Amino acid sequence: MKYIVCVKQVPNTSGKVAVKEDGTMDRSKMATIINPDDLNAVEAALALRDRNPDAKVIVVSMGPPPAMGMLHELLAMGADEAVLVSGREFGGSDTFATSQILAGAISHIGLEKDDIVFCGRQAIDGDTAQVGPQIAEKLELPQVSYAADIQQEDGKLIVKRMLEDGYMTIEVETPCLLTCIKELNKPRYMSVRGVLEFDKKPISVFDFETLKDEPLIELDTIGLKGSPTNVYKSFSPPVKGEGVRVEATTDGIRGMVAELCDKHIV
Amino acid sequence: MSNYDCKNLEAFHGVMVFCEQRDGVVNPTSFELLSEGRKLADDLGEELCGLLLGGDVQSLAKQLGGYGADKVYVCESPLLDPYTTDAYTKVLCDAVQELKPSIVLIGATNIGRDLGPRCAARLHTGLTADVTHLDIDTAKYIEFLNETSTIDTSKGKWDMEDKGLKMTRPAFGGHLMATIICPRFRPQMSTVRPGVMQCAEFDEAKADACEVVPLTVSLTEADIHTKVVDVVREMKETVDLLGAEVIVSVGYGISKNVEKGLALAQELADALGGVVGASRAVTDAGWLPSDRQVGQTGKTVRPRVYVALGISGAIQHKAGMSDSEYIIAVNTNSDAPIFEGADYAIVGDLFDVVPTMVAALKEKK
Repeated sequence: MKYIVCVKQVPNTSGKVAVKEDGTMDRSKMATIINPDDLNAVEAALALRDRNPDAKVIVVSMGPPPAMGMLHELLAMGADEAVLVSGREFGGSDTFATSQILAGAISHIGLEKDDIVFCGRQAIDGDTAQVGPQIAEKLELPQVSYAADIQQEDGKLIVKRMLEDGYMTIEVETPCLLTCIKELNKPRYMSVRGVLEFDKKPISVFDFETLKDEPLIELDTIGLKGSPTNVYKSFSPPVKGEGVRVEATTDGIRGMVAELCDKHIV
Repeated sequence: MSNYDCKNLEAFHGVMVFCEQRDGVVNPTSFELLSEGRKLADDLGEELCGLLLGGDVQSLAKQLGGYGADKVYVCESPLLDPYTTDAYTKVLCDAVQELKPSIVLIGATNIGRDLGPRCAARLHTGLTADVTHLDIDTAKYIEFLNETSTIDTSKGKWDMEDKGLKMTRPAFGGHLMATIICPRFRPQMSTVRPGVMQCAEFDEAKADACEVVPLTVSLTEADIHTKVVDVVREMKETVDLLGAEVIVSVGYGISKNVEKGLALAQELADALGGVVGASRAVTDAGWLPSDRQVGQTGKTVRPRVYVALGISGAIQHKAGMSDSEYIIAVNTNSDAPIFEGADYAIVGDLFDVVPTMVAALKEKK
């Protein structure tokens, strides 16, 4: 029984964001963190593993070699195995391409009846929330997104799926894929023992050679060149200067309101 | 569909909008998307269609014409109520393969963001998430860049004949904007952020003229691998600052009459269709609960409009709201830091300014 968790290392966008002259983000100048929703996905898998000691938690990340440091932290948190999917050929992939590669990696690990794939709902660098559902489609797994509660009952999962104005309770059989939100749980910290022993756990690297024959991966739709979507332009919003000073008179305020309405701001 | 080829760009025409409904009520985002889709279809000189899925939804179809749809395709089945990923994905993909639209727009709601990626992966095409601006026409796109970016559009080459969809969205927590294209596959798909596209005036004549076309649904229970046990609608007791389009926040400036200050803020928020937030001074004083706090130690918000009433604008507060699209600040102190970065700065007493704003808004609406 395997709980496979897809995780991503992301620039910490809550701090200062370094932008290069060409308008793209200078990742080298930014601190990286484990994507917050992914930590909830890891915790969900660990919590389920704690109740099913036969199960193994495998964390999988696609990214450049430095993402290995993040996988070490997740092993120290309690994950049993780690896989880094890394290769120049994978770089610059959009969500379609990324999900193909991750689906290929998951098939390479092997997916069985009792297994569950966990993803965070979305990553804070792209905010797309697309990779989870796209992996599910490639693997032909049922998906439940926005999971805020997961219960296991007679081999089935009962998942609370959040909506904007309430929730659905959804029953799903394994194997399946869940995308997790922060309301689901509070991620645990690394343990001292975990930190001391993480390097005794199996760590693999899947590169292009490892995955190139996986049938789920089409070699002409991965990486920057193969991705279906491309960045046409990227730009920073202009820096806000001093705004309009509005007279605190009836006419001044009415003028402002009229402008707000004319510009469809309100 | 044996003749369906996502790479044969020439075979795809027109704009399709997935019109989401829940419990027989069309999500207002669908009207926004149809209004926007109308402009795109006009730029292409092609048709705009709505795609409506559900259990018993035919009666909802005509109104979609009132926002610009030439045709509405209706897919009805008891298996389409309530929403399931599997059923909706199958029916939407079948419709796309039959009708071959060159553009598919889906609202970036919780359901749209579940459905969109699953469909794009099955249709073997790209999907751009949570888009806030769309263009077909290159000249219009350049105009958009001139208004919203620092790019010098006079430099560089532009393909003025290009009719590809240019999909613009914020990235990296709003620090960057990116325009995405999908040049090699069709349809060009995006999920579109609710509340951003301008909704057209409902046009009764267009609604009457709209053609409603039932589509055959091929769906069985075996296609659906999840079971919806129940759907619970909750009216949230707590105010949803993160999802709010408009936030009116109050600061220590309300201290001379807290009760009246809060009432005025609520009145303005109601007039703008927004919610009331607060600075730390206000939540620390217990005048509003802590879940209303905006700032470094509270919530980081990015509403379309942020109104700061009697807030000085400490760094800790600005960290939580400076990415708001439009900021209106009211403060008696003309040197208050809140005025830096504010689009509209009113030096005055909120107790005088707010009633005038509310009255002016009511006149306009």
